[in-house]
Amino acid sequence: MTTRLDGRPEERVLTGWGRTTRSRARVVGSLDGEALAELMAAQPPRGILARGAGRSYGDAAQNAGGIVVAPDAAPRIEPDLRAGTVRASAGSTFADLLSALVPHGLLLPVLPGTRHLTLGGAIAADVHGKNHHVDGSISSWLESIELIDGQGRARILSPLLDGPAFRATVGGMGLTGIIRAATVRLMPISSSRLQVSTHRVDHLDDLMAGLHQATQRYAVAWIDATAQGRALGRGVLDLGDHLDAPDPLHEPDGLHYRPTQPPAAPPLPFNPATALTARAFNTLWYRKAPRHTHRTASLNDFFHRLDAVAHWNRALGPRGFLQYQFAVPEDSAHLIAHVLQTFQNHRTAAFLATVKRFGPANGNPLSFPLRGWCLAVDMPAAAPGLGPLLDQLDRKIAEAGGQVYLAKDARLSASRFTDMYGDLKDWRTVRDELDPRHLMRSDLGRRLGLCR
Amino acid sequence: MNDAQGRPSRILLLGGASEIGLAIVAALPLAPDTHLILAGRNLAQMEERAATLPCTVTTTAYDATALETHRDFADTVFADADIDLVISAAGILIPQSELDRDPQRAGELVQTNFTGHVTTLLAVTRHLRNQGHGTLVVLSSIAAVRPRRANFVYGASKAGLDAFAQGLADSLHGSGVRLLLVRPGFVTGRMTQGMPPTPLSTTPDRVAAAVATALTTTTATAVWVPRALAPIALLMRLTPRVLWRRVKR
Repeated sequence: MTTRLDGRPEERVLTGWGRTTRSRARVVGSLDGEALAELMAAQPPRGILARGAGRSYGDAAQNAGGIVVAPDAAPRIEPDLRAGTVRASAGSTFADLLSALVPHGLLLPVLPGTRHLTLGGAIAADVHGKNHHVDGSISSWLESIELIDGQGRARILSPLLDGPAFRATVGGMGLTGIIRAATVRLMPISSSRLQVSTHRVDHLDDLMAGLHQATQRYAVAWIDATAQGRALGRGVLDLGDHLDAPDPLHEPDGLHYRPTQPPAAPPLPFNPATALTARAFNTLWYRKAPRHTHRTASLNDFFHRLDAVAHWNRALGPRGFLQYQFAVPEDSAHLIAHVLQTFQNHRTAAFLATVKRFGPANGNPLSFPLRGWCLAVDMPAAAPGLGPLLDQLDRKIAEAGGQVYLAKDARLSASRFTDMYGDLKDWRTVRDELDPRHLMRSDLGRRLGLCR
Repeated sequence: MNDAQGRPSRILLLGGASEIGLAIVAALPLAPDTHLILAGRNLAQMEERAATLPCTVTTTAYDATALETHRDFADTVFADADIDLVISAAGILIPQSELDRDPQRAGELVQTNFTGHVTTLLAVTRHLRNQGHGTLVVLSSIAAVRPRRANFVYGASKAGLDAFAQGLADSLHGSGVRLLLVRPGFVTGRMTQGMPPTPLSTTPDRVAAAVATALTTTTATAVWVPRALAPIALLMRLTPRVLWRRVKR
């Protein structure tokens, strides 16, 4: 959702994609570097935060009582076809970028599960895709970031020349400054379609083995989080690779990318996801998946399946939902089964779950991915007893050296956060240099003790 | 900020020894890191009564009748960090016969139940507005609906509070701050010890459970405990005065 402000600031109650937490902020549209510097010089008492498309699930893009800078200008996208890079404004969405790049045979090498997020948001959360085990997160593909830091200075951060500032900003959840633009290295593709093989797997161990052995660039498994007993963790394995040559059937005129205008889900006054409906839905999904198939799929079909329904977050009731996404090291792979079993035991209406393999961590202090396994489970937030249940899982994940993904989080406590991400001394030192007055603030930052 | 499960991280209880107030806190989903600030006159008593709550408790001096202190009080409790939930539970109940004998005590009752809430809540609201999030819980009463001859000073103080809270709730629309007005019937507890309960009377725990449930919704603005009081309040308003003044208690 792009913000339309017509230049006027506006008091607005903001929420994340999961619609669980809400707070009011003064929302202003895109500002040029000079205006941002002025804003920062004024030192608003509750701080400043940049917001992208509002696709983070929790309170990462909220700044209660403060100022939120939201993009309202048309995206600026400048591909350099010879170098295979693109420089784009932070407010450009991935849909904008794909539309501009795919016809030239270039692709963003990291595609998260929605195309509606902005480039700025993607950098702030250091997003990953289904190819993290091969290609890493978006951090490894950034040539440079154009940042207005907390002192209003325009900075160009490159991973080689400004290592600490770059690493503090990529994954930094917007707390080091406002990202204005970035230059991303692209991946050449010969076709806008993928060769996809799908396998229905009736046991978690086999599913994880399938992910482990996958030779494809993209690998993800959807899990029926409602299946019990011997069927625990049964699911569907989705493996994909780009086609080597254009598919004459689907792209006779060359490569193209057409984001569809999907139907919108209605806002529902109740939550339809209960333990029972989640089970029915997941069982149906599992049963209807073919045992083994090979097919080709478009970028949208393969990467952005959830975008097939616009505003699907509204259809999950007024109290919202959350996604519990965590990563654990290889030797704690058993926690995946443990977490699924825990949700089972408490009859959590886990209506969507996916598991992926992660490649090595990149060393950015606040980046999420770490070598091992990653599980994401969507569930209604209002389930009784869910708070203490997740607190207890947080503890186990922290003990195993794992982490919860901040872009999805709306509930981690400051102490568990410190257990997972460490005391962040280095990050805080760099932040003090970029933003000595701690002007960049967010509700997430306040909750986790990263800012006042 | 409340977390995704609606758990507040900092709570301020005005009237920190209040039976209903503490019952509400106990009924809320609390995170291990939740910080409860009890504000009242008798620090030792508050500490003792909150000893079993599963959260960090601190106490601070607060006198509902010391109107001139309320602004500084609010500035101080909000100085450290945001407060997500403010429960305004200070209140006293004095038999009407005593008030008839000693009108000054009636003044104290109004000051505690109404005026003190006005000055405190306005001071607190300023901070809540600035922080852009938070919830106020105000304890009104069925007595606010229509003054009864047996209890009319108390009724008048609650009627004033009820009207003030409704107006405050409307003024907070769009501010990110929410106000929940609680109207219990006769609550059996310390405050009403020795008084025979009326029909549809309730308990502090039931009031607390109703408040906790209402806080989980995003829309509730007022809650009657028990719920059957809502239609009864309407009947009370419609009762002809000749009959109403015969109501004994």
